[in-house]
Amino acid sequence: MSKPDEPDYYKREDLLKLDWRPPNTPWMDTPVDMRPGSFIYPGKPKNLKVLELPNPREWAVTDDDWKLPEDWQQTVLEGMAERLKRYRTFRIFMDTCVRCGACADKCHFFIGSGDPKNMPVLRAELLRSIYRKDFTALGRVFGGLAGGRELTEDVIKEWFYYFFQCTECRRCSVFCPYGIDTAEITMIGRELLGLLGIYVNWVIEPVANCYKVGNHLGIQPHGLADTLEFMAGDIEEATGIKVDIPINKKGAEILFVTPSGDFVADPGIYTCMSYMLLFHELGIDYTWSTYASDGGNFGLFTSHETMKRLNAKIYAEAKRLGVKWILGGECGHMWRVIHQYMDTMNGPADFLEVPQSPVTGTVFENARSTKMTHLMEFTADLIRHGKLKLDPSRNDHIRVTFHDSCNPARAMGIFEEPRYVLRNVCNNFFEMPENTIREQTFCCGGGAGLGTDENMEMRLRGGLPRGNAVKYVQDKHGVNQLAAMCAIDRATLVTVCDYWAPGVKVTGISELVANAMIFEGEKERTHNLRLEPIPGMGDAEQGERSDD
Amino acid sequence: MHILVPLLGVGGLFLLGLLGAAAGMEWVFGILVPYAALALFLGGLIYRVIGWANIPVPFRIPTTCGQQKSLPWIKQQKLDNPSSTLGVVGRMALEVLFFRSLLRNTKAALVDGNKLAYGTDLSLWLGAMAMHWSLLIVLIRHLRFFTNPVPSFVTFIEQTDGFMEVGLPVIFATTIVFGVALAYLLYRRVAIPQVRYLSLASDYFALFLLLGIGTSGFWLRHLDKTNVAAVKELALGLTRFAPGVPDGISPLFYGHLFLVSVLLSYFPVSKLVHMPGVFLSPTRNLANNNRAVRHVNPWDYPVKVHSYEEYEDELRDKMKAAGIPVERQ
Repeated sequence: MSKPDEPDYYKREDLLKLDWRPPNTPWMDTPVDMRPGSFIYPGKPKNLKVLELPNPREWAVTDDDWKLPEDWQQTVLEGMAERLKRYRTFRIFMDTCVRCGACADKCHFFIGSGDPKNMPVLRAELLRSIYRKDFTALGRVFGGLAGGRELTEDVIKEWFYYFFQCTECRRCSVFCPYGIDTAEITMIGRELLGLLGIYVNWVIEPVANCYKVGNHLGIQPHGLADTLEFMAGDIEEATGIKVDIPINKKGAEILFVTPSGDFVADPGIYTCMSYMLLFHELGIDYTWSTYASDGGNFGLFTSHETMKRLNAKIYAEAKRLGVKWILGGECGHMWRVIHQYMDTMNGPADFLEVPQSPVTGTVFENARSTKMTHLMEFTADLIRHGKLKLDPSRNDHIRVTFHDSCNPARAMGIFEEPRYVLRNVCNNFFEMPENTIREQTFCCGGGAGLGTDENMEMRLRGGLPRGNAVKYVQDKHGVNQLAAMCAIDRATLVTVCDYWAPGVKVTGISELVANAMIFEGEKERTHNLRLEPIPGMGDAEQGERSDD
Repeated sequence: MHILVPLLGVGGLFLLGLLGAAAGMEWVFGILVPYAALALFLGGLIYRVIGWANIPVPFRIPTTCGQQKSLPWIKQQKLDNPSSTLGVVGRMALEVLFFRSLLRNTKAALVDGNKLAYGTDLSLWLGAMAMHWSLLIVLIRHLRFFTNPVPSFVTFIEQTDGFMEVGLPVIFATTIVFGVALAYLLYRRVAIPQVRYLSLASDYFALFLLLGIGTSGFWLRHLDKTNVAAVKELALGLTRFAPGVPDGISPLFYGHLFLVSVLLSYFPVSKLVHMPGVFLSPTRNLANNNRAVRHVNPWDYPVKVHSYEEYEDELRDKMKAAGIPVERQ
């Protein structure tokens, strides 16, 4: 028997019984259904203590008593008041919504679950109803008729349920006529919950790890060195190339930062191996850092302050090591933090130089203040200048589609760089339908700290729109791989594809680059970086046949 | 409840204006209330906008809806992902004048029980464009009551708007468009289950108010054929701060005017502030030049971090054993 945290527990035909009609009871009178598989477990006290966060305690989501602090209502209302004064976004988004409903069926969680409180507008109304009651004249006078309601413990539970059922993907904000950004609402909502000590462990444990040890997974420095050496071994086996592993190297030209998911999770590790190969082949003077060993930042899913606390390491380490500039690997939310928050929070990085490719001489003017360049910008520039020797036919057995990750799409707009790279390293590239890519891309269903198994039902439901689009190109074009430049995607879309489009594997873009690259002094390439035989290459096919 | 209360409310307000004036309180509903409403409208709106403008924008978080500016050979989508002030002005103009984001609207559907499809859905965009643009033209047309001589652009718009040359006085195209658009917006709010579910009384109130104003205006012009000269005398008096109540104005007019006054006073305290609000929305009105130009958070404060020194102190032995360079032995 499978359990609610396993995909097999859910039948596809059941999840596909989509009913988008709301229930008969008004939403304010509809209680939350806290069923296993739809929520994430609370943050453990030890993690809250590491970060010195309020109200560390043992509790369970299904408990009646969440052990809130005594003056919790005042804490929340004061927290709201403070944020209404600090964030123009929050105030404007509370005031201007006309409830036109354009956002409703744009949310992957609403499409997949039909739960009306997953319509972005209602997710915001969860907060807005309290705002009206306590911060607006009409709400004070007219109460419920003006859409206001009392702040009760049930409201807090509802906030918890639905603010951890939003992946902060910002798809709804593309369609909103006022640009109301639910990610901003959810971020503030989670901050308010945090004031009461309400966190999910899947987020707050990585945050505690990252704070103490430098990365979300809690890999200690010697462990990271071992991991990279292990990868170097696999690289040599696949390519015959011996790569260097520069760690905490002072005076290197470039500090390379990537999400820690690339260090351990399959298929992220192949992306990580590809970075190492790329830098080796180009002879780039770079270094890994053990202290800043995660570009990912689950602080983004916790609070602005936590985000800043974790992100501070990157510039601090760049300064300590004396590098010239920073290069960032394939990650989604990391790039939202780097692109939209890092310079403001922890800059100015006036001790660094404007990024310049040591290979092509290209100056990355678009990063002249932050001093941090995206690996896909860097790689696209290399290919454009003919600096990579590529044999895309090595990827001919791959029919690939590209998933735009939410944050690079809607917080940066990095659409063409990855596509340019993909087209140069793969001969068979197929786009998913246009309403599911680029700025309209669908979330993997596990972003913003929701990528655990505890909420498997919601991940599968939320992953349906993406999985369904993958299935479409699988059926139409025989697509067998999905490329994504995001570590969370590389972890969560494996589950989503296995469930909704079985047979489609997930890969990073750099992995396809490395598999297509012709390295100086390489051995005959019969196996890819996954150490799988490459069809049509050398004796690989024979090897496969003899296996039968 | 959500529909009935606002409907009765608007009806009651209309009657209040009408009966009040009929009972001889023309100066209240013709002079006092309009002045007060205008003061509330202007004062409230200024208060609102200044209030918003005084709240900092700590982070630059535009929603990017097109290709970024990066390498010179990659074509940037300058309007959907602007990196300059000019681009932002363009993006905002598209948003404010043509409801760019609504134009993207799609409708999700499940086909064959297992395929999701997203079709273009322009109905909300059309309804919103029709309502807002016709409202603007109706407002401009009304300038002829407040000006003497009437500016030529008002006359021009009026003549163009009356191109159908139907009825006496002529029925304006925008009158019909406004009514139909409002009726559609009301219809979709009631008929689409999700939209109905999330609608508040205040959403219906705004629609009923506008419908009430439009209907009473139509009635005044085409059925009641009210004394336009007297109405203009009243309006001009108001603009010249020499108010007076001329004879011969139908009480119906005061019902109409009272609803307008209610709308003006209600505007700054309701969702109708989306009109100025959209200009200040940080996901739309900021350039995506984040990595090129530093954005400053005015309330930034130092946070507690785990410094490299603390980190090395805790892990030095392990680092040394693994051959990783350290600062202090």
